[in-house]
Amino acid sequence: MNGAPILAVNGLGKRFGGFVALENIALDVATGERLGLIGPNGSGKSTLVNCLCGTVHNETGTVTFAGQRIDRLAAHRRTRLGLARSFQLPKPFHTLSLIDNLRVPLLYAVNARPGHHLAAAEVEARCHALLREVGLGDKARRLPRDLTQVEMRKLELARAVATEPRLLFADEAMAGLSPAEVEEILAVLFRLNEGGITIVLIEHIMRAVMSFSTRLAVLVAGQKIADGRPEEVVRNPEVERAYLGE
Amino acid sequence: MRTSTFSIVAFAIGLAVIVFTRVFFTNEYFYFAAYVVLQYVVLSTAWNILGGYTGYINFGISAFFALGAYSTVVLHKLPELLHDTWNLTIPSIPMPVMILVGGIISGVIGLATGYLTLRLRGVFFAIATLAMAIVAQTLIVNWDYVGGSRGIYIIRPAMAPLGGGYIQYLYSLMVILAVMSVCIARWIERSQLGLGFAAIRDDEQAAEAGGVPTLRLKLIATTLSGALMGMAGAPLPYYVTYLDPTSSFSLAYAVNAVAMPVIGGMTSWIGPVIGSILLATIQQLATVTISSALNLLIVGLLLIAFVIIAPKGILGVVEAQQRRRATRLANLAARPAQ
Repeated sequence: MNGAPILAVNGLGKRFGGFVALENIALDVATGERLGLIGPNGSGKSTLVNCLCGTVHNETGTVTFAGQRIDRLAAHRRTRLGLARSFQLPKPFHTLSLIDNLRVPLLYAVNARPGHHLAAAEVEARCHALLREVGLGDKARRLPRDLTQVEMRKLELARAVATEPRLLFADEAMAGLSPAEVEEILAVLFRLNEGGITIVLIEHIMRAVMSFSTRLAVLVAGQKIADGRPEEVVRNPEVERAYLGE
Repeated sequence: MRTSTFSIVAFAIGLAVIVFTRVFFTNEYFYFAAYVVLQYVVLSTAWNILGGYTGYINFGISAFFALGAYSTVVLHKLPELLHDTWNLTIPSIPMPVMILVGGIISGVIGLATGYLTLRLRGVFFAIATLAMAIVAQTLIVNWDYVGGSRGIYIIRPAMAPLGGGYIQYLYSLMVILAVMSVCIARWIERSQLGLGFAAIRDDEQAAEAGGVPTLRLKLIATTLSGALMGMAGAPLPYYVTYLDPTSSFSLAYAVNAVAMPVIGGMTSWIGPVIGSILLATIQQLATVTISSALNLLIVGLLLIAFVIIAPKGILGVVEAQQRRRATRLANLAARPAQ
């Protein structure tokens, strides 16, 4: 770790009826880190992100973000504290133009923070800057339905970044993209991290995970089975068993 | 146009319409018919604040509307009650105050309903609002003070405050209410609140992730929507002069108030206005030329036609045409000169 933990998860558990989705998860994320979170389908990665971002509530354990307990807070309050996410399946505001898609987080997340008030012109300027940053500058007035899949992923990231987060969960931001498009998204994520945003990358594309992550955590059947340097984790026999079988 | 300018212009037009009609229209039937059209402008605009802007389909319209009407019944009987109980004499309560009280009561009920039901979504929310209307109707049926199941007669005052007949006065108030509700809807649409509503309508999880306090915004929508419905219902006892639960809680109010924005277009304030003027006028014309029983049949047929042919309503058709024209012009501009 290269700094104080910005996120600390202890003993986190979540059940759906009789199904144990997450059990006793402990995870620290350091400020500025690039953490890769991997695991087979159904291992609980997205449930963990949902618990941490407030989309669902954990039943056991604690979540501390920037020194503050957040596990009972509503999702929008966590966003305002600086915790953002992109969704596995892009969820654009489909009746709003791209610029309005970004205006929502700027007005509701950034402007809601104490001591922040962006004037309308400044909000507009930031929306355009963010769209340019992800390569959608010329499509500001278009609707999300006019975008290609990779552009939709970029919009999803831009909307998360518009909340001005300190920690970003990028949930399968490269799913279904071509290798060249994966590189485009990776470049955006590297730039965001260089800009000071801590990033947790949840991804199945191992090439992308390995090139991006400075640390790797592995979930299998709702439990964390490995956590460490990427090159060590992928050689961990338990991880190999989980991915390749006995 | 800025919201304040729009509101000033809209109220000026409203006043001009009141003056013009009251000077040039002497037939009382015009006022009876126009009142109904304007009432639906208010009701459909109110419904659209929740249904169109946030995507929560409310079928409990008749409850909010009738509660506004029954609050007027209570206020109408209040001077008599105070006199009989405490020998206290107060003047009869003016209609604008009754409208305000009707709005407050239905707004509070809207807030409470919202709090109880907004964790439900889609069809479950719609069913819950329908159930709420049934509960409200049952309470009124069993409340003898407001007439219970047999209904109650309300005598209109002989004198109207602005001169002319009382129905002309009610019509004038409904013009003002219609203008007010349209101004509120337009303001919402162009404000941060409207952006939040649209985010909720498009994807509630994504809205929360974007910092939108979805529950608070939905409560604002249910309260505002309920309050406007209650205000639309408040003058009803003086309009019909006989109020009973069956007609005041009629499903026809709900069907109309949903159909009008659907036909006009739900994403803009003008959609419910177009839909209600079109549909309510057709209904009024059909009532006098064919049969009043045809009203709901007309609504049903138009609704089916629009859902199949133009699911985004008249506004959707206009917007699609504008988009096609813009694309054609862009293509022409891009074509190299021959």
